[in-house]
Amino acid sequence: MISEQAKQRMRDIAARYPAARSAVMPSLYIAQEEEGYITPAALQAVAEALNMTMDDVESVATFYTMYYQRPPGQKVIKVCNSISCYLRNCDTLVEHLEQRLGIRRGETTPDGKYTLMTVECLASCGTAPVMQVNNEFVENLTAEKLDALIDQWDKGT
Amino acid sequence: MPEQIITRNIDAPGLATLDGYRRSGGYQALEKALKEYQPDDIVEIVKSGLRGGRGGAGFPTGLKWSFLAKNDKQRYLCCNSDESEPGTFKDRMLMEKNPHQLVEGVLLTCYACRIGTAFIYVRGELGHAARQVERAVADAYAAGYIGTNILGSDFSADIIVHRGAGAYICGEESALMESLEGRRGYPRLKPPFPAAIGLYGGPTVINNCETLSTVPAIVLNGADWYASFGTEKSKGTRVFCLSGHVKRPGNYELPLGTPLRALIYEYGGGILGDKQIKAIIPGGSSTPMLKPDKLDTPLDFESIAAAGSMLGAAGVIVMDEDTCIVAVVARMVEFYRDESCGKCTPCREGTFWLVQLLERLEHGHGKMSDVDLLLDISDNIGGKAFCPLGDAAITPVTSAVRLFREEFEYHARYGRCMVGAGADVARQAALSGV
Repeated sequence: MISEQAKQRMRDIAARYPAARSAVMPSLYIAQEEEGYITPAALQAVAEALNMTMDDVESVATFYTMYYQRPPGQKVIKVCNSISCYLRNCDTLVEHLEQRLGIRRGETTPDGKYTLMTVECLASCGTAPVMQVNNEFVENLTAEKLDALIDQWDKGT
Repeated sequence: MPEQIITRNIDAPGLATLDGYRRSGGYQALEKALKEYQPDDIVEIVKSGLRGGRGGAGFPTGLKWSFLAKNDKQRYLCCNSDESEPGTFKDRMLMEKNPHQLVEGVLLTCYACRIGTAFIYVRGELGHAARQVERAVADAYAAGYIGTNILGSDFSADIIVHRGAGAYICGEESALMESLEGRRGYPRLKPPFPAAIGLYGGPTVINNCETLSTVPAIVLNGADWYASFGTEKSKGTRVFCLSGHVKRPGNYELPLGTPLRALIYEYGGGILGDKQIKAIIPGGSSTPMLKPDKLDTPLDFESIAAAGSMLGAAGVIVMDEDTCIVAVVARMVEFYRDESCGKCTPCREGTFWLVQLLERLEHGHGKMSDVDLLLDISDNIGGKAFCPLGDAAITPVTSAVRLFREEFEYHARYGRCMVGAGADVARQAALSGV
């Protein structure tokens, strides 16, 4: 369930815009923060706060890739595989991650710890290859750097 | 770097804070503008100083401002910080390291265009950049730079930071407005252009993040000073994003007209492993490739156009001699397939089929006729798609087939690359007539 506090935040944001539905994207983020992904309860809360239909909210939620339609792992690893990272061998790193985590791109480990995704250009071509972990950048990647990070995460830090 | 305007002091500690920005001369342009200039003066200064905007299209900024419809509807400004063009990473740096400069540029533009509400649309993936801009906006409100009666004048403006959520198409200005209004990011039919009917039906200015970040320096130091950098027609500096097979990739702010060779070899340190260059993309993945015979082309709007490409968003991507052009083009078109919004058929279906053909060629299952089929499909997307994404998607294909047709045919004939790993085996096989 989405908290009353979260719904109030949505209404407060809506009041700042010339039209309330402009707050649909920030509101979806708020709902996703609470639920982990875009659940029916998330859609309903946003719809109620902004006076929209659930279908209408869902049409927005399904257009943008940063709203998750399924529960993601605790660490969401997004590796850029666009041109500049490709030229710096990002494919090798994706394969390395697939082996190390035992999942393919697009999948989540059975223990729910990791989700591995490949994504489009992250605007970090000068420090390619790059990835984001829970939306924070990790730049100038190497296989060694990846291993060190995963070792650290596996230890639970 | 010799001439730094908008990246001056960019790595100075504390520049991103209000005090740090003020220490480096920040908000002086706003104070000067409110004291000495009428709004129309600012439009004129920017019109004569900044000839080409710093977004992908290079449309003249001041001219864009002067197109604003004169009616009694509420006007809006939207800063396009939805930087997503493969090969560009300048706006992210400008927002992360000098967010107040952008805020000051937004305020000056609001003053010049008599706008009361501005939005800064930050790409969703750039969380740190968005937080930096949000903090700068909050601090600027507290210091009286944003809000009502700014610095005791009768000028008032609000700024709202809006985060995207993962959609390249929202960098297209009409899709960006749809997104800001709370809908799927589908582009709108033009005309009407945003200057006539834009956000919430009001006349709207949409400028790129780098463009707006440039405005304070021009207003403070004058159009003549800014125009003393760069070339006769392409004035000022540009932040070039250098990536790919170079030793020192990164952002380099240089005067327009700097030769491509100087950017790659002097600033970028040359090619990794001291290899030869095979191809250069000068303006982000939506601009045509160039061969190394164009290395002495000056990096300005006109010269790059004359060389057969576009300066675009100034994302310079360098590929060495061992790069397989078919693989590179496949990778770039996959981007457009994934980012096509799906609204119009030529782009939605066309990008899908281009990728099918390119992957077939790349993996050795292609046919010789596929090469012309690529051009045929491209012809059915180019100029026929609803928005510029379709034209962008075919650019890698048409320019690569024009410049490197033999590599596509080699893939079709032998099922492997002409260059790089595995090529020697293929070359032997070719020589022995297998």
